[in-house]
Amino acid sequence: MSDETTTGLSHRKLLIWVFLGSDCMFFASLIGTYLIYKGSGVLHPGPADVFDIPTTSVSTFVLLMSSMSMVFAYAYLVRDDIKAFRIWMFSTMIMGSTFLGFQVFEFSEFYFHDDLSPQTNLFGTTFYALTGTHGLHVTIGVIWLGIIFYSSLFRNTVTSKTNLDLDLAALYWHFVDIVWIVIFAVVYLFGTFTGFPSS
Amino acid sequence: MSVEIKNQSNHIDESHSHPKPMTYFKVAMALVILTALEILVFYFDWLGYGIIPVLAFLSIAKFAIVVMYYMHLKFDSKLFTYVFLAGLILAAVVILWLMALFGWFV
Repeated sequence: MSDETTTGLSHRKLLIWVFLGSDCMFFASLIGTYLIYKGSGVLHPGPADVFDIPTTSVSTFVLLMSSMSMVFAYAYLVRDDIKAFRIWMFSTMIMGSTFLGFQVFEFSEFYFHDDLSPQTNLFGTTFYALTGTHGLHVTIGVIWLGIIFYSSLFRNTVTSKTNLDLDLAALYWHFVDIVWIVIFAVVYLFGTFTGFPSS
Repeated sequence: MSVEIKNQSNHIDESHSHPKPMTYFKVAMALVILTALEILVFYFDWLGYGIIPVLAFLSIAKFAIVVMYYMHLKFDSKLFTYVFLAGLILAAVVILWLMALFGWFV
């Protein structure tokens, strides 16, 4: 790499970390808003009426495994094993798409079966805003990985020398994973736990 | 001496050491176990409010493992850690402040 920087670090990599730090604050505002408003509506349904923990646990598992698949793709690219890199990249995209499929299924169940729309109550508004924004991030991630995969397959431009391009995409992908770790615990598990004395 | 000169150079060095695939696999298994524990404690109604620190601990552990190993903060420049932590701490303050404003802690 011929670039020179005052810190000796890649500006692109520093930029993605600054972006991820700012995205933390963006998600914090959505999570905070969800927490303070989820129980303040008088209209049903609420979290305990609609959430299906076993189904969401499976989609959470799929997203966690996609993160593992992503690091494998990166590790093999660094070792110049392009074939293994492509296999793991493709599997990461498939798992990301599967997670999105789960989310579409969940949203359609809530909307058509449980009569929960963003206009129904404050829980619906804040829930769809939070998980929808996360789903949008996953969609952008899948498209980003798809572009890298396409470049590798048809342009042969992805090599160990250009691994920073994949490194940046991987950082974004793992960030999407850690945001879901928080959402799964705070929104799903904490939101539907029946053991609180008042519930 | 040559190492010193290399360290003083402003050239970008992307060749920092990363873990092997087996380490990544072990990390993934740790994440699966922690997630399974989260789901398990969710069904322990007798925990009452005790579930809050348990879920918080498990989530923070998973978060930290992904950030340290998969996002390589454990091995990368500390500057990346500081930049990310600044955003993360502000994010936590935003959530806690909102909760305090709306009477969660009274």
